[in-house]
Amino acid sequence: MTTLPGSPPAGGAEVGADTMDLLRFATIGSVDDGKSTLIGRLLFDTRQLFDDQLTAIETASERRGLGEVDLSFVTDGLRAEREQGITIDVAYRYAATPHRKFVIADCPGHVQYTRNMATGASTADLALVLVDATAGLREQSRRHVCIAALLGVDQLVVCANKMDLVGWDRSAYQRIADEMEALARRLGITSCIVIPISALHGDNVVDRSDAAPWYDGPTVLDALESAQAGGWAAQHTGHARHNAQRQLGTGARLPVQWVLRQPGGGRSYAGMVNGGPFRVGDPVVVLPQGSSTTIRAIETADGPLQRAEVGLSVSLRLADHLDVSRGDLIAAADGAPEVTDTFEATVCWFQEQPLSVGDRLRLKHTTRVTPVVVESIAGIFDVNDLRVSAADELQENEIGVVTLRTATPLAVDAYEVDRITGSFVLIDERSFATIAAGMVGPPRLHD
Amino acid sequence: MDSAAALRSHPERPSAGVAASRQGGSVTALVRPVEHPLGHLDLLESLAIFIIREVAAESERPVLLFSGGKDSAVLLHLAAKAFKPGRIPFPVLHVDTGHNFHEVLEYRDAQVEAEGARLLVASVQDSIDQGRVADPGPVASRNRLQTTTLLDAINANAFDAAFGGARRDEDKARAKERVLSFRDSFGQWDPKRQRPELWQLYQGSVRPGEHLRAFPLSDWTELDIWQYIRRERIELPSIYYAHEREVVERDGMLLAVSEWVSPEAGEHVSKETVRFRTVGDATCTGAVRSDAGSVEEIIREISASRISERGATRADDRFSETAMEDRKREGYF
Repeated sequence: MTTLPGSPPAGGAEVGADTMDLLRFATIGSVDDGKSTLIGRLLFDTRQLFDDQLTAIETASERRGLGEVDLSFVTDGLRAEREQGITIDVAYRYAATPHRKFVIADCPGHVQYTRNMATGASTADLALVLVDATAGLREQSRRHVCIAALLGVDQLVVCANKMDLVGWDRSAYQRIADEMEALARRLGITSCIVIPISALHGDNVVDRSDAAPWYDGPTVLDALESAQAGGWAAQHTGHARHNAQRQLGTGARLPVQWVLRQPGGGRSYAGMVNGGPFRVGDPVVVLPQGSSTTIRAIETADGPLQRAEVGLSVSLRLADHLDVSRGDLIAAADGAPEVTDTFEATVCWFQEQPLSVGDRLRLKHTTRVTPVVVESIAGIFDVNDLRVSAADELQENEIGVVTLRTATPLAVDAYEVDRITGSFVLIDERSFATIAAGMVGPPRLHD
Repeated sequence: MDSAAALRSHPERPSAGVAASRQGGSVTALVRPVEHPLGHLDLLESLAIFIIREVAAESERPVLLFSGGKDSAVLLHLAAKAFKPGRIPFPVLHVDTGHNFHEVLEYRDAQVEAEGARLLVASVQDSIDQGRVADPGPVASRNRLQTTTLLDAINANAFDAAFGGARRDEDKARAKERVLSFRDSFGQWDPKRQRPELWQLYQGSVRPGEHLRAFPLSDWTELDIWQYIRRERIELPSIYYAHEREVVERDGMLLAVSEWVSPEAGEHVSKETVRFRTVGDATCTGAVRSDAGSVEEIIREISASRISERGATRADDRFSETAMEDRKREGYF
């Protein structure tokens, strides 16, 4: 019988405060590089697993005749995943330390499940990248880092894993570090930390390892606790911060979800604030129609506010009677987004049948759904040389640069400056399945 | 080497917040977290409200599934907040196994009335009487039978979206599920073919006969739920708080003695101070020994607990390793 010794208690001290910060991160990298094992290890060593969960993992490992406890079973919960020893879809796990709460998206590594990896990475503040030190940086790892970067993840914690299998050889670590840093620089990633670890044995995950005396950087947990958090919904404040340095800056935006009737007449427009805070009295425009007004009041179920922060669900009352419906965008008059029906975008294509010029689909952008047609395809983004090469079609799991024309004009920002007003999904007209993730603008690369 | 031996246990929680140091040019930038003006409960609430509004706007006939448990209580509270000063623009559906704690039924009626919502009840007993499901006998768990009753109610009312209070931290199959979870015309969940779900672009279009399950509390943990109940002063059925009750111990669980649960040979009834950590079918929902009589005490109790919520209280998850996945594939909550 395989057992886990002296399992540490889960839960830990009550974090109590209602105001902890929240870091969302996704594990990415190639299949079998140890993503799920690392998350199992991280949760075990930080005592986030419950006794009954540990017992269930021990039993499941024994029933498969593994002879050892498989920590990847902490997140690989589906029957088919345990059968095959792979991750098929994202598992979400939750952890807390005295400093912050974590939402962990453990993503699959197989190329055929790229859509699921993109699902997990699209809401991440940080990517935890696993690289097998015995194999070095593989194409699939590069693909995942590219997709994460295109999705706007600008912090990487890279784990050179299975260091025990290369005798903690410093040069194996250094090769991975050099390659990753070069890639991160090209992709415009602002923070890249490379850590030599063994997920299986727990070296440098939560506890500092003696095995690599030449390494004096952070452990995985240190790096996660020191990273920039914000709650992903508010993370365009992160962009805003970078933008402030670059003198760009976007203003406040609220895509209208629902029209609320207020007592005594009048309407308020419900939605979530992004891009920047709204204040009572702010001049705003309603897009795509372009009418100007000011904010008369900011309402919530808990009473009115003078100022609504990014990430907050509120409703706005406007000073003038305007025709405003679901799908419209209320934006700060200063720095409002462009209104257009034709734009260039970077698209991750998830469907077996390729995407071709002339294809008609549906597009969901903020709270608006509109018919769309593919006007042209500029090419495919190659994850190996980071260039766009000419192509007529996008195959499944390829990233392409396309021009789209929508039936109704949209108020769009470049994805680089706003993750909400700069993103969209494409929808199959017949099955209604989501078949692509789209980002307004070409891929952002740095020389 | 046995890898189990390689798993070291830690007598103390890891020290947190160690400042990372620069190493071999590997650290490009590392900064201390910046204080965000919104705390985690604000963000969870705000996103849940966003999801509720989005699904309400995109579906034709949404419904909110309400069991009277704490998660559905939070869900109902959020739905009310999402549409204030208006009313909740969809009905509330209770799938009634007939094996209820009377405190929960009274609570259900009071809450739904307080929010001005319309209550629909779909009864497992009706499904049995109509021959839709086999009668498992008067005392057997009706937990799994709920699936047929639920799917029949969804079909009969042509609901195309059903809000549920499920959380990903409850179970390893739930941990895999999307916020908007697609169900085919048989009500089935296919975990290998889930729709991609990017950013906050919750895309809920379905064809006639298909429907969505929407889980606005996906990212909430048990502790978040209780902290939110404390912050919002949400009322709960009294059985969540410590009280004296006659119980029998069965399969390592304390079951409340009732008209459906009576001691079997070798079991004896004892009076214990208990509370319920989850609320479900009375024949398979266990109580936990507890003196926690207030929200504050419950938060302390679950913070120190070594047993997960469902592990402590649900017999239906113990049938097999993938009990929840199997039920969900059939169309369960």
